[in-house]
Amino acid sequence: MSKPAAAATTPAAKQPTPAAKQPTPAAKQPAPAAGPHVAPQPLPVQRSKPGLPPDVAAISASNSSLKAFLHALPAVDPVGLEARVAVLGTRSIKKDSKLQLIDLAISMVDLTTLEGADTEGKVRNLCRKALLPDPDYPDTPRTAAICVYPDMVRTAATTLAGSGIRVASVATAFPAGRSSLEVKLADIALALEAGADEIDMVIDRGAFLSGNYAKVFEEITAAKRACGQTVLKVILETGELGTYDGVRRASWLALLAGADFIKTSTGKVSPAATLPVTCLMLQAVRDWHDMTGQRRSVKAAGGIRTTKDAIKYLVMVNEVAGASWLDPNYFRFGASGVVNDLIMQRRTQKEGHYSGPGYVTVD
Amino acid sequence: MELHYASAPENASIARLASRYQMFVDGKFIDGQGPDLESTNPATGKPLAAVSSASAADVDTAVAAARRAYENVWSAMPGAERGKYLFRIARGIAERARELAVLETLDNGKPIRETRDFDVPTAAQHFFYYAGWADKVQHAGFGSRPGALGVAAQVIPWNFPLLMAAWKLAPALAAGNTVVIKPAETTPLSILVLAEIIADAGLPAGVVNILPGAGDIGAALIEHDGVDKVAFTGSTAVGKKIQHSLAGTHKKLTLELGGKGANIVFADAAQDQAVEGVVNGIFFNQGQVCCAGSRLLVQESIAEEFLDRLKTRAAALRVGDPLDKNTDVGAINSAAQLTKITELCAAGSNEGAGRWTSPAMLPEQGFFVAPTIFTDATASMRISREEIFGPVLAVSTFRTPDEAVAKANNTPYGLSAGVWTEKGSRAMGVAAGLKAGVVWDNTFNKFDPTAAFGGYGESGFGREGGPSGLAAYLNTDDEGVL
Repeated sequence: MSKPAAAATTPAAKQPTPAAKQPTPAAKQPAPAAGPHVAPQPLPVQRSKPGLPPDVAAISASNSSLKAFLHALPAVDPVGLEARVAVLGTRSIKKDSKLQLIDLAISMVDLTTLEGADTEGKVRNLCRKALLPDPDYPDTPRTAAICVYPDMVRTAATTLAGSGIRVASVATAFPAGRSSLEVKLADIALALEAGADEIDMVIDRGAFLSGNYAKVFEEITAAKRACGQTVLKVILETGELGTYDGVRRASWLALLAGADFIKTSTGKVSPAATLPVTCLMLQAVRDWHDMTGQRRSVKAAGGIRTTKDAIKYLVMVNEVAGASWLDPNYFRFGASGVVNDLIMQRRTQKEGHYSGPGYVTVD
Repeated sequence: MELHYASAPENASIARLASRYQMFVDGKFIDGQGPDLESTNPATGKPLAAVSSASAADVDTAVAAARRAYENVWSAMPGAERGKYLFRIARGIAERARELAVLETLDNGKPIRETRDFDVPTAAQHFFYYAGWADKVQHAGFGSRPGALGVAAQVIPWNFPLLMAAWKLAPALAAGNTVVIKPAETTPLSILVLAEIIADAGLPAGVVNILPGAGDIGAALIEHDGVDKVAFTGSTAVGKKIQHSLAGTHKKLTLELGGKGANIVFADAAQDQAVEGVVNGIFFNQGQVCCAGSRLLVQESIAEEFLDRLKTRAAALRVGDPLDKNTDVGAINSAAQLTKITELCAAGSNEGAGRWTSPAMLPEQGFFVAPTIFTDATASMRISREEIFGPVLAVSTFRTPDEAVAKANNTPYGLSAGVWTEKGSRAMGVAAGLKAGVVWDNTFNKFDPTAAFGGYGESGFGREGGPSGLAAYLNTDDEGVL
């Protein structure tokens, strides 16, 4: 990468190219009539030497070494965090950009049913919804995955076989996580044997809040071993962690322990996903990437009901983590209702007028 | 995936731009005897509207009208009645908020996001706040019978045209003064729409008079024998001239002048939020803010990582059409200001500071500057000493809290400062050592009508906002001062 003299203070960047992190200058600019003119400018500087990749073995050697690492992470100022998120929420996304983000959002959804009342019929219907979200517009993207309890995985896997839509299953004594590690691993095994492609585990919030970080770490590493190549999403249940500092620490703890995704919530606790909490988690995966070169993922689950909500999240993904996270492999929504609002808004963009819920299939 | 935000421009016609604006004197919109000014859209460099301007004779007329209104109507009116007019003006601003926001963006060049979410609502808040004081002045801590001063001459700058008008008018009127006010030559439009709101509120003729004009009209107004109070916001150079010309007169003076505010980031700060605060401190309103955090002092132990984060964040700022709702950094107000910023940036490079410039591409026309950060800006460099009034940050490092305070105070100015640390005792200790009128703790550029704002040293004297803002417009010389 060529480096203009004006940026000479910067050592060579080892991390993502600026183009990967930022929209191209042309994209940022409302095009003036005669096009931009400005002479080539220095490239934005990437964090080049933020520290060495974490020595996971040393950090996780004991509960006190884990505590030392997590408590040394930079603090979070709640007022500043919420102010930043509020400004991002005022971005005005129109026309082509809106349609682009609606399609992306649909393709990022883990279409979810996690009820005691779930039946095979309900799950099959949901799978069909994932396969054909809008029968009137077959070009509507399919969702990323279906998310169900372990005993429903086989039904989902059979219905979705060969479609490319993934089957995710919650496990580890979801949603409370209040059981032994053996039971949690058996839960994972049940889901894997039935054909799950992704496992959504919960952390032991009690252990986390009592400062027993080693227990949380060990449960995640055990789950990761059990998953092997299967994607592991680690649910922090941010609504129970109490502080933004806690969310940041839990995010790093999960990343250190090998989580592929860090996920906000089970959807069973209020508040579930919020913009500030998701912002913190996006900062964590961004910082992790800058430090290690590995791109980890984030899933915001629960509480996302409208297209407007979804677009706010995607704008935040774009501006906090970077455009390369705008990909179903790196960002997901855990939701059920939002898909139909996305479909209605998609139709509005295509048809130029609003339709009603009667035109969208319930599942 | 590449994400392009489609342009989302606010509709310029909402501003209801007229081809020509008149002065507001003695309750009437009239032509002045000065040559018409031409107001320009800084985002295009093209003319927006003609504005009738004042002559020295018009200054006489306006001051005489203000005097009549003071003697005959306003000074005799009960405070509760004065308050009603101020509440009406506040509501009028809120009702025409969208129009005022678009007009301000067209005339000033600042992003619609700021005029919509900050300038206009805060202007209304100032009127609401001081409306509440109008009938309580004798309980404000200035003795039992603090008197109004008479006719106030006010001269305001171009960086927050409507908001500065509100800062000046609301306390003056609440305290019982009448006003002759001169807006900046390059940004006279929003205050002339405010004049319509004032007229619609039924404010008695002559209580507020608005005289567009250049610096000579400002000088004539300030030096006029018929004024009792002078309030000026603008450059330190002009402020010094004003103080010189007013020496030996009976006129009460308050000055709000330049600044070179320091944002101090300690190693234990909440880093992501400190980055936001530094960005907001220097790139808000294109850095054309007297209290801008134009110097960053960052603790050496985190400097490299912090600056990398800061540059990554600053590179994401969207520079461009101020009317686009997604624009973060708009146009510099005038060609003259653009020249000054460019010249000081060149000085920074020549004096050896490390220059980083945002890769944002700038529109072909109009007055734009890409966000700029100078690292290793030593105390002797012009970029560290002079007020740039643009989106240009000068960065240096420190090792200890004492060194941070010494460096922050090493300026003739003393308007604002910011302290970023998670340690409360350190924040309080450092704030106590800073010679700045406003010290923000873990935030920056936060404004509230209830809080006093003003400076030390070459940043001026007197306070605006809060009960202290009333004191500037009351005869408190032999009374206790809050």
